Amino acid sequence: MNEGTLVRKNLFRKGLRTTLLIFSIFIAFLIFGTLGSFDYAFNYAPNPNGANRLLTINKINFTQPLPFAYLNRIRGVEGVQAATMMNWFGGYYQEGKNQVQTMSVEPESFRSVYGNDFILTPAQWEAFARDRTGIIIGEDTAKRYGFRVGQRIPLHSDIYTNRSNGQQVWDFNVVGIFHAAKAEQPASGAYFNYEYFRESATFGNDNIGMVAMRTASVDQNDAVASRIDRMFANSAAETKTQDELAFGRSFLAQIGDIAFIITLVVSAAFASILMVVGNTMVMSIRERTAEIGVLKTLGFSSGRVMRMVLAESLALSLTGALLGLGVAAIILLGLNTALKDVVGGVTMSGWVAGLGVAIAILFGLITGAAPAASAFNLKIVEALSRK
Amino acid sequence: MSDLIKLTDVGKSYVKGKEKIKIFDHLSMHIPQGDFVAIMGPSGSGKTTLLNLLGGTDRPDSGAIEFDGKRIEKYSESKLAAWRAANVGFIFQFYNLMPVLNAAQNVELPLLLTKLGAGQRKKNVATALQIVGLADRAKHRPREMSGGQQQRVAIARAIVSDPKLLLCDEPTGDLDRTTADEVLGTLQTLNRDLGKTIIMVTHDPAAAKFAKRTLHLDKGQFNQQELAA
Repeated sequence: MNEGTLVRKNLFRKGLRTTLLIFSIFIAFLIFGTLGSFDYAFNYAPNPNGANRLLTINKINFTQPLPFAYLNRIRGVEGVQAATMMNWFGGYYQEGKNQVQTMSVEPESFRSVYGNDFILTPAQWEAFARDRTGIIIGEDTAKRYGFRVGQRIPLHSDIYTNRSNGQQVWDFNVVGIFHAAKAEQPASGAYFNYEYFRESATFGNDNIGMVAMRTASVDQNDAVASRIDRMFANSAAETKTQDELAFGRSFLAQIGDIAFIITLVVSAAFASILMVVGNTMVMSIRERTAEIGVLKTLGFSSGRVMRMVLAESLALSLTGALLGLGVAAIILLGLNTALKDVVGGVTMSGWVAGLGVAIAILFGLITGAAPAASAFNLKIVEALSRK
Repeated sequence: MSDLIKLTDVGKSYVKGKEKIKIFDHLSMHIPQGDFVAIMGPSGSGKTTLLNLLGGTDRPDSGAIEFDGKRIEKYSESKLAAWRAANVGFIFQFYNLMPVLNAAQNVELPLLLTKLGAGQRKKNVATALQIVGLADRAKHRPREMSGGQQQRVAIARAIVSDPKLLLCDEPTGDLDRTTADEVLGTLQTLNRDLGKTIIMVTHDPAAAKFAKRTLHLDKGQFNQQELAA
């Protein structure tokens, strides 16, 4: 036996109470682990290939178009190494619920900007550039709908009518299935040749949704962004240029302040659990006043007794937290495939897990502080006379 | 025989509400090593307070308490705790065992404060339980034992670290006569065979007969004739 045995046995002396406490902490950390991972993925997760990548959109918002001519003008800006365009097409396969996020792009310039993220064979890249109705599809999307290279598939656009058939149905040749450069990055959506779009769309043929570019280095990002936005200042379509992370944040801001909502939900969960656990810990230690008195009588110093109480609250907190974070990680893994199509893969990062453990330690120290201080200050005579 | 304990002019009072209650005023006594003393007296006479002072679980307002020639009343809190662990075994009226631990684990508690390894601790625990006749109950929790057995576990816990002094506060107060006599017999054996100095507070004259001598405490003072004897 050691002091850890006593801590463990004290912790589980009232099994139901301890189980309920651990469950409540588990719920709080399950919420934290899940929502925190979304928050991190949306707002902080860096794309190592995208550090020196900028996106230029219409200053009003990303749904407003830019003139196609902006692409070449941006290519001429000092500090821009390569630039490409992307145009939102929307898209679904057969039924509206089968969403396939599709963009029209210039294959060659697209490759020069995104070639490190979208893994295709050189032959597939070439086929993409050559085939006017060629489309490349992310492997996650391809798996979901059973798309294969060489297949001809119809996609419906939510926005654009195909001049050739008078419908919103567009036929494509699957010329490549791309993989993500890193497992945690999404391999979803589809990209087709802009020439096809320009020739066939009934409107918007001279517009593009955004310009994506690589700068010479990350250090030049701010200067390049500033140059571009200055260049188009006071024009009919003013621009807003920012890096990918900032673009992701502003995209989410259209929906609402996600980070604030997440913080609010997680804080509310922690605050309520903190009070419940803190109060129960105080009661639990008060019930053991005489036993603490006996320990001190036997020669356990006040500091030692205090450490044992703190160890108990830390063990309680960490058990619930690790279970909560573990289950959150498993849930995220399960959701990963589906989420990849929508927002990109969301997994629990080391940062979120580390923060969770740090919060659990803080949580344990806070809930254990009052009973530990009370145990520390308890006088033996007083403790034994209370029995 | 040399004195194990010496109290000189000890004063102690408590504040209860707005009232200050004086328990001892210039109390002096000494107890030789190997003695077995029963302390009797009416409620409020200061018996338990005296045990608390002797065991270092409370401090006097004035005067000196010497143990083995060393003044303990000036020890810091942590030094006093270490001193208690090394020198004093406590036996309470209501046993005060940890309900979550079994008999062996309860007995092992004081040894967690020593530098003994797990193997040696286990041996010492087995010996202590053997002495009190409970070797076969080592794995039982307190609620699975009778009052007498629990008190014997408490005695094993008190002697496991081989302290010089055993302080017993009404050790048989919660036991029937037969069981009480068994427990007192065990204390007597510890005093006679292992040389433990025992100070026992009791209301029970039959229990006091097991001691070598009895001191009567009343209004914070000992009967001087008994003390001088």
